[in-house]
Amino acid sequence: MMLELFLLLASALFAIGVYGALSQQTVVMVMMGLELMVNGVIVAAAAFWYFLAPAAPDGQVLVLVVIAAMTVDMAMGFAVVTLLFRARDADMTDMAAELKR
Amino acid sequence: MQIALFCVLAVVAVVSGAAVFVVDSMARATYALALSFVAVGASLLLLDLAYLGVVTILMMVMEMAIMAVFMIMFMMNPAGLMPMSMLHNRRGAPAISGGIFLALGALVLLVPWPERRGTVPADPTRAVGEAIMGSKMLVMIGVSAVLFTTIVAALVLATSRGRYGDDEPAGYGHGESHGPHNGHGGGHDAHAGHGGHGGHGTHAAPPAAEGSGT
Repeated sequence: MMLELFLLLASALFAIGVYGALSQQTVVMVMMGLELMVNGVIVAAAAFWYFLAPAAPDGQVLVLVVIAAMTVDMAMGFAVVTLLFRARDADMTDMAAELKR
Repeated sequence: MQIALFCVLAVVAVVSGAAVFVVDSMARATYALALSFVAVGASLLLLDLAYLGVVTILMMVMEMAIMAVFMIMFMMNPAGLMPMSMLHNRRGAPAISGGIFLALGALVLLVPWPERRGTVPADPTRAVGEAIMGSKMLVMIGVSAVLFTTIVAALVLATSRGRYGDDEPAGYGHGESHGPHNGHGGGHDAHAGHGGHGGHGTHAAPPAAEGSGT
């Protein structure tokens, strides 16, 4: 039963993150939504390791990889935002919609 | 006891995670997100993941500190002094995220999860350490290469001198990228939504002046 509880927590965090990433206009807040989504993945991976296959270290290594992915996403996201702000004075997602066309 | 503790942590994580997008100040949102991350790290500690839980908490606190800097750089409403809406996609976003939660929750409850195989090692931290220095070393080699690439790429993208440094042509980016638009007979300016960027059409102003002009 505990596995289901942990996975429900992970689902809730992921869904909140999706809401933030879709609904926020400020780029920083969109990044916060992405962080929440990755956070849900961390919880799910840790729960799978502990409750399904604790003898193998694969689950823990997966959590490490996800944490690394989180840092990469933060660093590259903010670098792109800085570039956009320098080039276009854009600090909101709606102001950087060139690729739509 | 463990279930009760987990429930408290889960409620804290979810409520503060939701508060991130409810409060009208980005400073409060950052604190709420940090609290959510600390609750998640603490719930990892419940799973005997001493190392990973502490790493998550430490990394998140640092990330929130960095995020605070960027929040000040790109803020719309830093302290909630001026109530304003920072939302778009008002109907789609709650519908999509609610649907995702319902779908994931249904999967969690309906899937017959397999029985647990094996037991938790006496020292999970030692187990992961031996794994990344042994059978899973390729993973960590890959991660280290990606992290180094990220450092270089982030610096290259964010530096004020641009990708080409001092060898930048005089027109710098705008002249090059918008030059072809002029050739389209002013089609670029025809887009009503980009009226604010009309200054790009002239190319007379250098990049700095252009920024202040828009």
